[in-house]
Amino acid sequence: MAEKISNSEVQKIAQLARLELTDAEVDQYAKELSAILGYIGQLSEVDTKNTAITSQVTGLSNVMREDTVDACDNPEELVALAPEHKDGLIKVKAVFDA
Amino acid sequence: MRIDIQELSIASAKHALANQEFSCVDLVSACFDRIRKHDKDVHAFLSLNEEQALEQAEAVDRKIKNKEPLGALAGIPVAVKDVIATKGIPTTAASKILERYVPPYDATVVERLKEAGAIIMGKVNCDEFAHGASTENSAFGPSRNPWDLSRSPGGSSGGSSAALAAGFCLAALGTDTGGSTRQPAGWCNLYGLRPTYGRISRYGLFSMTSSTDTPGIFAKTTEDTALLLLVLAGHDLLDATSLPSEVPDYRSKLNEPLKGIAIGLPKEFFEDVSDPKSAEVVSQAIGQFEKLGAEIKHVSLPHTKYGVAAYYIITPSEVSSNLGRFDGIRYGHRSDTANTLMEVYAKTRGENFGPEAKRRIMLGTYALSSGYYDAYYQKAQKVRTIIADEVKKVLNEVDLILTPVSPHPAIKLGEKADDPLAMYLEDIYMSTAALAGIPGISIPAGFVGGLPVGVQLMAKQLDEATLLRAAHQYEKATGWTMQHAKL
Repeated sequence: MAEKISNSEVQKIAQLARLELTDAEVDQYAKELSAILGYIGQLSEVDTKNTAITSQVTGLSNVMREDTVDACDNPEELVALAPEHKDGLIKVKAVFDA
Repeated sequence: MRIDIQELSIASAKHALANQEFSCVDLVSACFDRIRKHDKDVHAFLSLNEEQALEQAEAVDRKIKNKEPLGALAGIPVAVKDVIATKGIPTTAASKILERYVPPYDATVVERLKEAGAIIMGKVNCDEFAHGASTENSAFGPSRNPWDLSRSPGGSSGGSSAALAAGFCLAALGTDTGGSTRQPAGWCNLYGLRPTYGRISRYGLFSMTSSTDTPGIFAKTTEDTALLLLVLAGHDLLDATSLPSEVPDYRSKLNEPLKGIAIGLPKEFFEDVSDPKSAEVVSQAIGQFEKLGAEIKHVSLPHTKYGVAAYYIITPSEVSSNLGRFDGIRYGHRSDTANTLMEVYAKTRGENFGPEAKRRIMLGTYALSSGYYDAYYQKAQKVRTIIADEVKKVLNEVDLILTPVSPHPAIKLGEKADDPLAMYLEDIYMSTAALAGIPGISIPAGFVGGLPVGVQLMAKQLDEATLLRAAHQYEKATGWTMQHAKL
């Protein structure tokens, strides 16, 4: 496990996470993430060669419901929650470069 | 008439309402009077629902007058954590990114409260998106502990614990992802129940760590806790992880004595209690359980020390994924300065998430990124298996596990705010139940220097009845819950 996170790694992660950071934040997170990952490094002491992962604890699997269509009674209300909307549609910036 | 909210439980308030000792409007008004007088100091509420609450109270009074049937929580004022969706009432998750968000739907827990006749008083503060253990990560400023206003009420559901301990309501909803109900309850002399994962629907909770998130119950007595659980528990088609198991009447076994109940003390939980006086309170509680007839056994959970490390990979990983939806497109705030779609995402998130949300997004994105997934997320999920198996094995030998809630009583605001890792370690006794999906309850166990100290009991999956029974027997023998914060 890597222990020191560099500023350029922080910038790369921030890009993946769609998170704009200031230079001060990049410095701060490089330090803090390194410290936290240093602490987390102790997990490597645990022998997990023959251990399965736990992704859920309920023991439920393939939870199904009837495949029926339910009406949505408030589409206008839902669209109105968007910061910008027009004619019942959510408005966004251009998706493709011109 | 003057009503002393601090002296009331849900049970006693129901009794008084039924006997028309006071009206529901009196009760709800008395709570709002206290909020007006004291919440400028406590800062529990982020929004109030006063007009609707009073209308509902009038409706309850009419029903009482006309002798119509009443719901199990008719007229009971409840505060709801601001990460739980409430139709028509702002729900911000204590984040700037949702500052003006008003949900078009109720969470299942809110719907069930309303069906039972409870009165939603308003929305209470928490750490932003429930990331934290002190409420200091709220974008709208911390809440203060009614027992000592210079201290934190715990977190992340600190507005819930503060509101109830301050006498602003008679119960509160929180959430518990890794201790966020149990720890604030412990710091405020309250019962804080984390149910079995899946026992109470998560529909309408703003997802943080989907594999450990659960609603949490704050109450002043075990009887109230049992009643609230009864109202809230049960299968929900809107949450595919909710359990179909039958819901027992959790009140029916409260009065059974503890003879024949074995309580395990995992030695690893008693090694880091930094405050010797808190340790003494916990020892006295153990002695009391023994006097009540429980058999005390020494047990071991050797992988406990890896709990926080596993939790702080699993949580940020799931957080980074769950917070992906807050991108300025469908709801919440959108950056004014963005020129491209990519900038809309990055600037909206950069400008509006607070430092801890960003920290968790970064940590989780790193742990899930190509080349690190196996080393971090998968490794943590495997350690989770070991921790969960270990605790389940011990719970085959004993009925309950008893541990401290925190290594020390409530911290001063600011004490650990600059050290994220130190704040993560506040969850040291809390992560086991979260990772294993078992229920845990924090119960009032005494005081150190005027500050509440709690002990935690954990039980097998779906065995909330034994948890509440033990807590109730202890409550009757000690009466710590009779003490209230003075504002």
